[in-house]
Formats: sequence, C-alpha cells, structure tokens
Amino acid sequence: MTTLTIDGAEITVEPGSTVMQACIEAGKEIPHFCFHDRLSIAGNCRMCLVEMERSPKPIASCAMPAADGMVIRTDTPQVKKAREGVMEFLLINHPLDCPICDQGGECDLQDQAMAYGRHFSRFDEGKRAVRDKDVGPLIETIMTRCIHCTRCIRFADEIAGVEEFGAVFRGEHMEIGTYVEKAVSSELSGNMIDLCPVGALTSKPYAFVARSWELRTTETVDVLDAVGSNIRVDARGTEVLRVVPRLHDDINEEWLSDKSRFAYDGLRRRRLDRCYVRRNGALEAASWAEAFDAIAAAADGLDGSQIAALAGDTADCESMTALADLMAALGSPNLDCRQDGARLDATSRVSYLFNTTIAGIEEADAILLVGTNPRWEASLVNARIRKRWRRGGLKVGVIGPQMDLTYPYHHLGDGPQSLATLAKGGDAFADVLKMAEKPMLIVGMGALTRPDGAQVLAHARAVAEATGMVADGWNGFNVLHTAAARVGGLDLGFVPGEGGCDTAAICEGAASGGIKLLYLLGADEIALERPENCFVVYQGHHGDAGARLADVILPGAAYTEKDGTYVNLEGRPQRAYAASAPLGDAREDWRILRALSARLGKPLAYDTLDELRVRMVERAPALAAIGEITPAPWGEFGAAGAMDDAPFACPIGDFYLTDPITRASQTMTECSAAFVAAAEEARADG
Amino acid sequence: MTGTAANGGESFAFTPENRAKADAVIAKYPAGCQASAVLPLLDLAQRQNGGWISQAVMEHVAELLDMASIRIYEVATFYTMLNLEPVGRHHVQLCRTTPCWLRGSDALRDACREELGIGLGGTTDDGLFTLTEVECLGACVNAPMVQIDDHFYEDLDPARMKEILRAFRAGNPPESGPQTGRQTSAPASGLTTLTEL
Repeated sequence: MTTLTIDGAEITVEPGSTVMQACIEAGKEIPHFCFHDRLSIAGNCRMCLVEMERSPKPIASCAMPAADGMVIRTDTPQVKKAREGVMEFLLINHPLDCPICDQGGECDLQDQAMAYGRHFSRFDEGKRAVRDKDVGPLIETIMTRCIHCTRCIRFADEIAGVEEFGAVFRGEHMEIGTYVEKAVSSELSGNMIDLCPVGALTSKPYAFVARSWELRTTETVDVLDAVGSNIRVDARGTEVLRVVPRLHDDINEEWLSDKSRFAYDGLRRRRLDRCYVRRNGALEAASWAEAFDAIAAAADGLDGSQIAALAGDTADCESMTALADLMAALGSPNLDCRQDGARLDATSRVSYLFNTTIAGIEEADAILLVGTNPRWEASLVNARIRKRWRRGGLKVGVIGPQMDLTYPYHHLGDGPQSLATLAKGGDAFADVLKMAEKPMLIVGMGALTRPDGAQVLAHARAVAEATGMVADGWNGFNVLHTAAARVGGLDLGFVPGEGGCDTAAICEGAASGGIKLLYLLGADEIALERPENCFVVYQGHHGDAGARLADVILPGAAYTEKDGTYVNLEGRPQRAYAASAPLGDAREDWRILRALSARLGKPLAYDTLDELRVRMVERAPALAAIGEITPAPWGEFGAAGAMDDAPFACPIGDFYLTDPITRASQTMTECSAAFVAAAEEARADG
Repeated sequence: MTGTAANGGESFAFTPENRAKADAVIAKYPAGCQASAVLPLLDLAQRQNGGWISQAVMEHVAELLDMASIRIYEVATFYTMLNLEPVGRHHVQLCRTTPCWLRGSDALRDACREELGIGLGGTTDDGLFTLTEVECLGACVNAPMVQIDDHFYEDLDPARMKEILRAFRAGNPPESGPQTGRQTSAPASGLTTLTEL
C-alpha cells in the first residue's frame, strides 16, 4: 500500500494507483478530459495539474504514479492558475457555439470551463476551423470543437478493436481523422459519443432533437440482445428520443452496442396501436371486444392439443407466465419460447446459461467458441473477451465460420467433426484447454439451432468435462443466447409439455391443420406461411412478419413501454421499467392476456403485476433474486448420438436487423447498408 | 490539408533491392517491435515512389510492418520530410525561419519565382521542380540556405540561387555546401584563429 499526503491529509491507496486516483479517493475533485478509467492513460489534456512538493512545475496527476511520502496539493493558487491557463488554451480553438451544440448541458468542457476557467478570454486572433469527417450513419462530427483528448482513438484501438481513428498532422494542424474517409466499422462505435468530452462526436440520429434537460429519464434494461445491458431511456412525451448505457460492471461496464443504442427510432415506425380482425381476407381495425370475440369464437370447442403458443425474442417474463398459465388452463401442452428451434433443455438450468458470467470471462485463460460469432450475437460479451485478451495470456479457439473477432484465434474447424475430435482429445487445442487453469467454452445458437443441436450440446458437455472446465468455484460451460426472452422462457418452463409440440411441430401443425389456433406472443422469426386452416392471433407491437400471418392482432407494448422482468444470458433477472405509455389502444402484454383469459372463461388467478410476479417466481424460483445470478448445479444434459457433418452457420445474418424493432428502424437500415451490405460487396469483389 | 489520405490510385511494392534493404532495417528491431522501422521504410518507399507517399505506399508499408494504415498515416502526416502530394523531380526546400529570413530568404523566394515561375508550394509545369517552405534545417551559420533533394546549398544570394536552379535544369547539379567558397561553417570573413597551420 502507498501512503501519501493530499491537501494535508494522509491517504493510503492501492499500489499502482495514480495521483489522480488517490486524489479522488481523498474526495478531491480533479478536472480532466483525456483521462478515462477504462482507457489507457494519455496525459495530454493537462487539465488535471496538481502541485507536488519538491517539483518546480505542477504535475499531470492522471499520469503520475502515486508514491510513498508524496505531498500533493490540489487547492493552492498555483493549481488554480494552472487550471485556468490550461482551460484558456483549450478554449483558444474551441468555438463558442454551445447554444447550437448538442452536447450543451451535458458537456465536460462547458462544466469545467464554468468551474475552473476564467470568465474572459484574452485571445483576439482567428480561431482555426477543421473540416468535418464522415464516419458513418451513427456519429455526427463537428471537428472544430475537438480538444484532442484522443479518447475516441484509444477507445477504437483498445475496446472496439478497430484501429481506424488517429491523430493526423501536428501542432496547430493536428486533427482527429481516419485513414480514408469511411464509416467506423465497429458495432460499439456509439460509445465514442459518450466518451467525447465535448460536442465533436455527437449522435447523428439525435442531432438537434432535444436538449438534455428536457428529457425524462428511465433506468431500465435493453432487450435487443441477450446481454441485458443496463440502459437509460430518455423520452419526451410519448417519444423515446435516445438510449444511453448505464454503468453495470458485471454486464456492460459502461458500454452499449450500436444496435441497442440506436434502434429506438424503430419504436415509432410500423407500430400496432389498435386491434385488427381479418374479415374477408383483409385486416380491419377493430375494438378490443371485437378482437376478443373473434378469438373466443375461434377457440370455441377446440381441444387443448389443437391450440399452440409461441413466445418471441423480446417477450417479458410476466407475459410469458400469463400465456403459459393460460395455455395450461386451455389444456394445451403446445408452447415453446425457442422460436429459433434451439435444442435447449429446459430441465437442466446449467445447460442453457452463460455459467461463467460475463465478468467471469476476465478470469478465463483459454476460451473455445463453438458455432458463434459473439461480436454480432452479444457485442459486449465479445468486448469482454477482447478486454481479457488485451491483458495477455489468453488463447482462443474457434469452431465454426471464420470472422474478425477483434482478437486473434486458432481456427480449429468449421463443423461438428472438429468438436468431436476435440472431445476425444485429438486436437492440440484440447491440451491448451486442459493445461489452462480456468478454461471456458461458449456454444452459440449457430450450433444449437440445428436438428442435431442436442448432440452438439452433449459433445460440448463432453469437452467441458474432459478439459476440466467444471470445478469448484468455476463453471466454464456457456451458452450464448441471442434473444432477451430465451433464458426467462426456459426458466419459466415455456416449453412443450407432456406430448406437446415444439416450434417446428407447431409450425408444421399450423400449416397442415393439426393446430387450429396459434397464439404468437411477439413471435416474428418463425418459418411459417399464412396457414389456411389455422386461426393465428398475433400479440405484439410491430407490424412485422408475425402480424402478416394473423387473423387477429392485439396491440402490445414494446420494451420501453411496460414494466417487466427479463433474464439475461447469465441467468440474471432484471427489471425493465416503462419510459412511456403504450401507443394508442395498446396495453401491457400481461394485461391483454389476463383480459383474454377472462373472455375465454378461464380467468387467470392474478389481477395485479405484483400478484403475477408471485406466480412467476413460483414457476421459476431463480427469478426472485432481481439483479442476482443463482448458480445452477452441474448435471446431465444433451443427447447422445452422431452429429451431422454440415458446418456451423452464424445465426445472425445481419447484426443491425434482428427483430421487429430494428427492422422498423431507419437508422439500423442505414447501418445495414453501410456496414453489412458494403462488407458483403467487398467480399464478392475481392 | 484534410483528415484523410490522398488517393494515389496506383499500386506500390518495394523493388527486390529495396525489399532487401527494408528487411535489413526491420531485422534491427526485436521481434514484435517491427513498427519501429516505420520511418526508414517510409523514406525508402518515398525515394522509390518518385518523392512522395501515396496511399498505396502507406498500405504496402502497413502490410509489411503489420500495422493499421491509420498508424502509418499518423507518422506520414507528422513528419514534413514525407510528402503526401506528388513533388517535382527536384524538391527545393527553402528555409524561412528567423536566421535565414534575416539573411535574405525572401529574396531567394523571389529568385525562385523569377527563375521557375512558381511560388511556395508550387510545382513547375515540366514537373522538374517543387518549391516548398520549411522550418529551420539547422544550417543557420550558413544562412540563407535551401535543401535541394538530399543536399544543402548554403550562403546563397538570389543570383547564385538562379544559377543553381539552371544547373539542376541542365541535369548538372552543382557541388553542395557553402556557395561562397568558405569551408563549411568557418567564419565568413576568413579565419580568425589557427591562421598559421
């Protein structure tokens, strides 16, 4: 431990701390721009100057290691003068355009100029202007405002893993630029907007939309992938105007993927805001009573086995509980939450969780990826693997398609044969895993949604057991989900009951007429044409694939419009909160199901959200501990048998267009054209 | 000046001789530190590429050193010795920092304009000369001076400047160094010490 004196008080800090960290620990506020605790130290803004005894000049506290016996002062006239001087220099070329700057009101430079700057400028000369750069559809650049803190450069290099930003030219002419003018090819690029301490990098979709103080903020969780990133939704009236990350060290740290951050404009396009009933082949607007009557008529006299329900990728646990209970009341065993057909086993919780946890990745020293592209399926899991890799000593092996993961890996093969070889120990990487102290493997949906998914799962378990991935205090077996509703659905047992049909069988039954009533709870990614002899009810918030199949549409609420519980891929239940009210006639999903159950004569046994949550926890005890992970015991799972030889495929074709909200989003469509389509074109040319 | 590289459009690769030189430079640095060779390689490439660094040059060097293109671009934009635009066959770098300025660099600039018909930053129509302004080249004792290609021409006056340019145009570069006959930077008015040796 290191002991030093700050403003006359002694403080003891961890060895390796910087003077700035020590000052912050001592409760002193040190103004800074370039320093960021998740990035490397640059020491170039000079705002953090403090006085050190026996040093003739003030020192940059962010770059100075704290040492025993140091005497630091942060409150002397010299420090005040130094800060004023630095601020004056920073403002020399910074335009005085705060009134038209999107950063205004939440700007580090603005705040610190108020707190630590002089109230006047002595600079009469012309300010320089810098040409703006086009870095894609997400980030607006106003480069004249840049103060060259280089946070964006360091973020791109270190966290995002795309070396594309740099400081070009020098001295007075220095600017932040890219090599050739092109969009930043990172799925995490939006974080640069948060990192930028001034208004040089701002959100393009949010440009000139609102001022920060006009917004009503709601702290909730993201559902556009299975990571469960903590987010803050900023809304004005009924409109969501932006989404920004919240700090959660065990999940998303302070980052957010571009999809989660920018898809919000999809929340106001193609929305279902009233009921529809199909009459003479066309969907016509209807009242709730008419819609319920149509469903009741269709359900009348049906046997339970002729009714089926599918839950989509963004369904909340409350509505899945209500739908599962309703199906039970109707006597139907045909329900499934795995609309992608993943061969996951709901009876063994350990078999479908990301058991290592996201934070646990930082302890791993060897990782095997099977049939997954974490960069697209769970960007922040990939960012965590990269963070671990940067520390050194991590070996990564990949079985499946080859792609740029932002860190190097050994490609062991394309398909199941390589996994089988590895399970028998017939690959050099098997030894790597065995030698590793904390090895882990991640099985993706590319490996589990295949017909032989259960066999792949069994082989993955064999690898885990053979290489010592499951030990006391360490579980290296992980499944990487792509849907926010999946783990919750499996926890709640939203899977076929005794003799029930799974997703594939339900779709087949609906097409052939074996299933007469199909209830889709926001299920849009199913392989089903509009069935002739099956009455389809779609409950959801977007007019997407599911709504096109429907005979009755019930307008539900999107994730920003309802209170709900979501379980992330680690098995961590988290509460989402409504940032605005559902649109038009739309209602919270569990209320729709509760009302429908009454109309069908099988009223559910709860009338409030709290009562429903009691029932939800009854079904899935792990959901009781909100925010906590309940570890699952190791067990038998998967199915014995041979695997198909076909190579694993990526379950996500387009990172930016994965669900009804993103497909309705203009920003995401632009991103898809700028990044995914452009990359495919380049591949076709190359 | 823009934030992004100018597009050369052509391809570039080291000739076998230059490749051997490049490999020799890279071999000076420990494994994994090959990025340290970036400056010598850019200089080598610039010489091969007719005096400037095109996008293709930067990409070739980036590939050779396993660096991101932007890292090469940062270096190339930082050092004025690396040209990011095509230059004439002879690159005349006129020093205009204080000592040279006091000793008549403005007159040299005018002489160049009269002789070549170009101002600072210009290239002659025949592609033979490019005239650029540079900061101190460290030959203040012999001010004013210019650097043409790799050589210093010192103790200049406008007439001598024109003669030198004409000689270059004729394909007959004059001897570099002080143009007044004095030895290197010995006193301009003749030796004051060690006169009897």
